[in-house]
Amino acid sequence: MMDEFVVVMKNINKEFPGVKALENVNFELRKSEVKALVGENGAGKSTLIKILTGAYTLDSGEIYVFGRKIEKMTPIISEHLGISAVYQNLVLAEHLTVAENILLGQLPTRGGILSKSEMMKRAKKMLDEIGYGDVIDPMTRVGDLSASQQGMVAIARALSRNARIIIFDEPTAVLAAQEVEELFRVIKWLKETGRSIIYISHRLEEIFQLCDTVLVLKDGRVVGEKKVSETNEDELISMMVGRKVQGGIYDPTRKIGEEVLRAENIKNEKLKGCSFSLRSGEIVGVYGLVGSGRTELSRALFGADPIESGELYVLGKKVKNMNPRRSIDRGVSLIPEDRRRQGLALKLSVKLNINLPIYPRIGKMGLLSVSKEKKNAEYYVKVLDIKTPSLNQIVMNLSGGNQQKVVVAKWLASKAKVFIMDEPTNGIDVGAKEEIYQLMNSLAKEGAGILFISSYMPELMAICDRILVMRNGRIVADLPREEFDEEKLLSYAIRENTDAVVS
Amino acid sequence: MRKSGVTLTTQTVVLIVAVIMWIALSFMSPHFLTITNVQNIMRQMAIQGVLAVAEVLVILTAGIDLSVGSLVALVNISMSKMLVAKVMSIPMIIVVMLLMSALVGFTNGVMVYDLKIPPFIATLGMMTILRGITLLISGGSNVFGLPRSIADFASGNFLGLPNIFWFLIISVALVEFILRRTSFGRYVYALGSNVEAARLSGVNIRVVTYGVYTLASTLVGLAGILETSRLWMGVPTTGTGYELDAIAAAVLGGASLFGAEGNAFGAFIGALIMTTIYNGAVLLNVNPFWQRIIVGIILVITVAVDQLRKRRTG
Repeated sequence: MMDEFVVVMKNINKEFPGVKALENVNFELRKSEVKALVGENGAGKSTLIKILTGAYTLDSGEIYVFGRKIEKMTPIISEHLGISAVYQNLVLAEHLTVAENILLGQLPTRGGILSKSEMMKRAKKMLDEIGYGDVIDPMTRVGDLSASQQGMVAIARALSRNARIIIFDEPTAVLAAQEVEELFRVIKWLKETGRSIIYISHRLEEIFQLCDTVLVLKDGRVVGEKKVSETNEDELISMMVGRKVQGGIYDPTRKIGEEVLRAENIKNEKLKGCSFSLRSGEIVGVYGLVGSGRTELSRALFGADPIESGELYVLGKKVKNMNPRRSIDRGVSLIPEDRRRQGLALKLSVKLNINLPIYPRIGKMGLLSVSKEKKNAEYYVKVLDIKTPSLNQIVMNLSGGNQQKVVVAKWLASKAKVFIMDEPTNGIDVGAKEEIYQLMNSLAKEGAGILFISSYMPELMAICDRILVMRNGRIVADLPREEFDEEKLLSYAIRENTDAVVS
Repeated sequence: MRKSGVTLTTQTVVLIVAVIMWIALSFMSPHFLTITNVQNIMRQMAIQGVLAVAEVLVILTAGIDLSVGSLVALVNISMSKMLVAKVMSIPMIIVVMLLMSALVGFTNGVMVYDLKIPPFIATLGMMTILRGITLLISGGSNVFGLPRSIADFASGNFLGLPNIFWFLIISVALVEFILRRTSFGRYVYALGSNVEAARLSGVNIRVVTYGVYTLASTLVGLAGILETSRLWMGVPTTGTGYELDAIAAAVLGGASLFGAEGNAFGAFIGALIMTTIYNGAVLLNVNPFWQRIIVGIILVITVAVDQLRKRRTG
């Protein structure tokens, strides 16, 4: 019975100080199976994967790989067994070439000297296998590739190590729609060639497109395992969060008022003339593929990157030489794409992070009011229901959803009127996403204007009043809610590269 | 108030080690726990402590300042020259020295922020330049003939503590206050943890960078003045290697070279440990060459233990 399974994990327990990360978890993976692992952040998905790859040691339990009992899993043993992880934040050496990355640790040498031709040949072979031999040049620097191509390099690297079990952790978070299709094609090919896949994603519809089975984790325990053909999104969501998510998050009761932000033909290195306006109470989506300029737009509006020409009006007043400080003082805020790198001081406390933009306002002449600082943080931790043991907790130790709430909290504290949110739901669990959507609605209801940038169409279509579509640094469409249509949006976003016709 | 439990525990551990050392040394040498020796330790520690406090400020921003030793020497030589030449009153000379040091720090800040030179290289350059200037203006020879009052100040006491030790106390209190109670202090930590996040939160990175390097060098200037008082002459080679002792003391006190961890009180404890080792070694007639070996070993062990603990809890 055992040999049918490539991985069996029995009664896995893992405890971190104060948290039971996994409790009697059983996990089985068959040959050629694509198994989805879903659950809210902190449910134990990452911990389970890290135990399988040897990054964490388990407290108790048994692991069998290909029927063999593994007494002590380490990263090296795990790799020898053919377990390979393609992580959310890809761990490629950006300065090295594609070939070097694929073959790192097993570079072909002749008498100690690197054999370039052999390296090229082998890297090309790996890329050929996944159908990318002609798309990606093995001599390109990895840093010069798109996120999707980097993902393919990571897969080729796994293949070059004879990976039999491949783990995908949120692989589509940074990909645009047609890139996701590509990835799925490759994953399906991996399955057909006898490899087993563990697939972690917060995007449930992907699981229905791709996976055979789905295992739901909640609070470190297995809630259930289903065949994908025998379940549906609603059921999975209610298993995950223990409550049924209300359909339809659009709030038609919002009142659209005065204009809070207007851009007129703004240009810089990446933007080739963008004009739009945003009103109070309005949620405007920005959709675009990777490289369309959507992130660059958000940064330019906030003053994080310079604007070379064009005009910007905030609350009806023209502003010149935007920089983050001026933006904040005028009530503009940016929730950046990469919260860990741009949004948070991870090594510092929840309290400091929440107060960071408003220190000039909570003291006199640079002297802090420590009590105000604390009250402020306390208040927003409560309002946003941020799960943290204390205000002095280091942000690094919070879950992704709670980290994102800390970012939101600091802009609430700054009394922002304009919220520019760049992929605010990226890499956070379903429950936290729901909370972020509700928060956007209530912010807009209280009169804020929200620019919601996302590469995930369903969430934009669900919540926005209008959607701006970007392509090549331009806003190419401004669609009202009545005209929302996935195909239409996508065709605007890619029209130049394909023959798609707007219907 | 603590930024993290880790900082607290590193400091506590190092503090306990210091206390154990003191207890052990007072049993091993009858001369250790005498008023004279304790005051002696305080005098030795004062200058190193002020430098460690200056260093910790820069380290908190994930930077480093290698120019502190050379700046001590430059202040020592120029102050001695001015005192001998009697160009102005002593208080004025002190003010000029502090301003000169601040200017050096400001220049470091400009190199780091505007010229985007990594702090290690920028301050390495500054270290070499300042040492060169010091040798140039002194012609490589010592400067004698300083007023008696200068030496008296270093040997004098106030409320039972050596005069110069009070400056260490003031420096620790001042920097600790800045770090804990001002927005500038918060920005120093924010800069060290994540520059981009700090910038996008409206922190003026330029001002904070200038401020940190300028404040640090001003404290170094103070240390240079205290050094002059202690030496009662100008020695162009003084301060050699002080930067490494300052970094070691900061790290022993829980500062992380990756930034955002540490504080001024930690630097104080670090300096205390190091001075105790040097002092104890002299009293116990240990070959002085062993002192450095011991300090090095303790430094490496402290950081290794800290890393292990972080890995376990992380």
